[in-house]
Amino acid sequence: MKKAFLALLAALMAFAFVSCGGKEEAAEVAMVKEPVEFRLNNGAEPESLDPHLIQGVPEHRIYEALFEGLITYNPEDASPLPGVAESWEASNGGTTYTFKIREGLVWTDGVKIDANTVVDSWIRMLDPATGSNYAWFPNMFIKGAEAFNSGEAGADSVQIRALDDMTFQMDLLGPLPYVIGALAHYSFGIVPMHAIEKFGNDWTKPENFVGNGPYVLESWVPQDKITVVPNDKYWDAEAVKLDRVVYLPIEDQNTSHNMYLNGEIDWDTTAPQDQIEQIQFRDDYHATPQLGTYYYVFQNEKKPFDDPRVRKALSMGFNRKNLVEKITKAGQIPAYSMVPDMAGYPAISGNFEDFDEAKKLLAEAGYPGGEGFPAFEILYNTSEGHKKIAEYIQSEWKNNLGIDVSLLNQEWATYLSTRNMGDFQVARAGWIGDYQDPNTFLDMFITGTPMNGGKYSNPKYDELISKAATMPDGPERMSVLADAEKIFILEDMGVMPIYYYVTINMIDLNKWGGFNFNVLDTHPPKDIYLK
Amino acid sequence: MTKYIIKRFLGMIPTLLIITTVAFIIMRIAPGGPFDRERAIPEAVRENIEKRYNLDKSLPEQYLIYLGGIIRGDFGPSYKYRDQTVTDLIFNSLPHSLILGTLALLVATFFGVLAGIIAALNQNTWIDYTAMSIAVFGVSVPAFVIGPVLMLIFAMKLKILPTSGWITGPDGWVTVIMPLIALSMSYFASIARLSRSSVLEVVRSDYVRTAKAKGLSPTMIILKHVLKGAMLPVVSYLGIAYSGIITGSVVIEQIFRIPGLGRFFVQSSLNRDYTMIMGVIIVYSTIVILMNFLVDILYSFLDPRISYQ
Repeated sequence: MKKAFLALLAALMAFAFVSCGGKEEAAEVAMVKEPVEFRLNNGAEPESLDPHLIQGVPEHRIYEALFEGLITYNPEDASPLPGVAESWEASNGGTTYTFKIREGLVWTDGVKIDANTVVDSWIRMLDPATGSNYAWFPNMFIKGAEAFNSGEAGADSVQIRALDDMTFQMDLLGPLPYVIGALAHYSFGIVPMHAIEKFGNDWTKPENFVGNGPYVLESWVPQDKITVVPNDKYWDAEAVKLDRVVYLPIEDQNTSHNMYLNGEIDWDTTAPQDQIEQIQFRDDYHATPQLGTYYYVFQNEKKPFDDPRVRKALSMGFNRKNLVEKITKAGQIPAYSMVPDMAGYPAISGNFEDFDEAKKLLAEAGYPGGEGFPAFEILYNTSEGHKKIAEYIQSEWKNNLGIDVSLLNQEWATYLSTRNMGDFQVARAGWIGDYQDPNTFLDMFITGTPMNGGKYSNPKYDELISKAATMPDGPERMSVLADAEKIFILEDMGVMPIYYYVTINMIDLNKWGGFNFNVLDTHPPKDIYLK
Repeated sequence: MTKYIIKRFLGMIPTLLIITTVAFIIMRIAPGGPFDRERAIPEAVRENIEKRYNLDKSLPEQYLIYLGGIIRGDFGPSYKYRDQTVTDLIFNSLPHSLILGTLALLVATFFGVLAGIIAALNQNTWIDYTAMSIAVFGVSVPAFVIGPVLMLIFAMKLKILPTSGWITGPDGWVTVIMPLIALSMSYFASIARLSRSSVLEVVRSDYVRTAKAKGLSPTMIILKHVLKGAMLPVVSYLGIAYSGIITGSVVIEQIFRIPGLGRFFVQSSLNRDYTMIMGVIIVYSTIVILMNFLVDILYSFLDPRISYQ
């Protein structure tokens, strides 16, 4: 074993000194006539390029370049647009959808894309052997998907089918009206089964890569960069204006900011937290409301948090406006509901800051002036930002309510495990919506779901959420969801919303066009162009 | 001598096995797993993933499977970077860390020894004080401060260097300059102080006095007698320094975007990327053990008083 290591090390050393070329690339660029290269900070090295194995924002950005599902996002407002599907219609009371596949679609290697490609891809996604992290998402929509994914039934239980080469059909668990928007998600991605069968796990390597998006993978140097170039076989190839997109996995915010200032990158997807105060006045700084909520979870089963009066008092007992203006500073919006502002949804309001009312509620619950309130902890994952917020809330609760709370930070994976097991009293949490519908913020608090670490449970709430899932789209359904949220937040204060997230992007819009801001923070590179 | 070398060499195997076993156990005691995310996934989905990576088996079984893989030279799949194997990730990143670390150590040693000798030979003059002030600065200011300051000066203000990047990128070898300075600074400082004090000690020793008495020129005395004797503590430090420089480059790699192994050292543990943690630990331990081994061997060549039986 020892010798093998020595041999390996020796080989690595040798390799180190051989592999230091890298001038060819610069020469290649110089030969082409002023190619438009768009460089961005992608935040982290993608975990994978395989649409069925990914689960994060950096991966999503690359997915948008390399793949296209039945539906894509409209760059302006992240609403659904036809992609591989040219058109669709609902039947059976909104529980069956039939898609017409666009004619003449091919993969980058020329192989045809038809309705069977969609069926095979989705079956692969749900196959337990694929081990997809995001399988729960299609499971929420497709009839029979969960049974197959959990190994209880075969692939034929999944209610999707090709009616003919150009017609794809799926049956849903109910008339889930937000399904079309959800289909733009990468877990519904269409993948080249022929290439996957041929190359196995190596199919995403640049030499084997096959895709169907507006761009195709040119190079992938892990931890260094990913480059993509236009896919001339893409159905809308004419719309693609950039000659190359370079994704840099820059983890250090100061480095990426310096690179941005120096013109080494064109789009920075973040900004250094400690410099926000100065940076926010720049014209190329863009803070946009995002479909996401930062909140604290109460352990609803443990004393004293099993008393809604206590939960309400805590929620009313600190000033959110000061928090976002003096602590977080990036333009976050104070939150008094779980669901952020969303078109068509009647926002609920109430339980605002009110220190007197909070004291009254505490006294009613048996803790006048905070006396006798048991010692407890705020759990958060280790981060300077979360710490500052927790410290602020700690001092507010002390000053306004007379309650002592200590802080407990845990490293990310430990924190997640503690939170999911429900082994905490108050814990920090955040949720970014998966699609533009209130349901994505509400259905996780149904009794017994894995996300519900705070063990919130109210049969009336469960009933309303389940009821909404069977209703067709429209104001009535929205008002049922709003009723549910009223119970959840206004009556029960099941969790304590703190603020709605904003996303920060730095990009010079005088130079780059086709870059829009939307609540999903999605910016497809297909639409970006040099002005 | 040969017997000693072989014995020491074989002795590395149990050490490595113990490190591997302890690391495996500690890693699995830590709460949380590689597939935990803010969005808790349903049990059935989690089971699918765990089955795919043998995580559903008992711990001893997993340990044996892992050891079996290691013997065949297979470090297993990465749980985080799911398109790649740990062997791929290490093979692609370690060379960059080795280049940077080796260069940094060479630079630190060369300038450190030089500064140390000059300071010692000019003891208590302004040359000595200047050299030692720089050394104190180097020891006390950490790399994560030097790095951004260099970037601020050379990339942002003077604009003569790119902010970051690596030799594999379009900017080429100039990208090495800043990380090299930042990484080698504290080692340069330590080596300078070490060589200064050992030169001072050796200069006063009997055999140097004898050499002087024989009428040798000062240059010859320094090169032939002082240097060899004074290098002993430096050489023994180099072993530790090289392991430290390779494993400690994590911050520099992050600041200057170097695709090295350093960032995996911390990140893989935070991600609970079990196989990657093991891979990194095994590689790093091998480097540390190997360096200690080499230093021991080198010592016997440099110091005739040491003999191994």
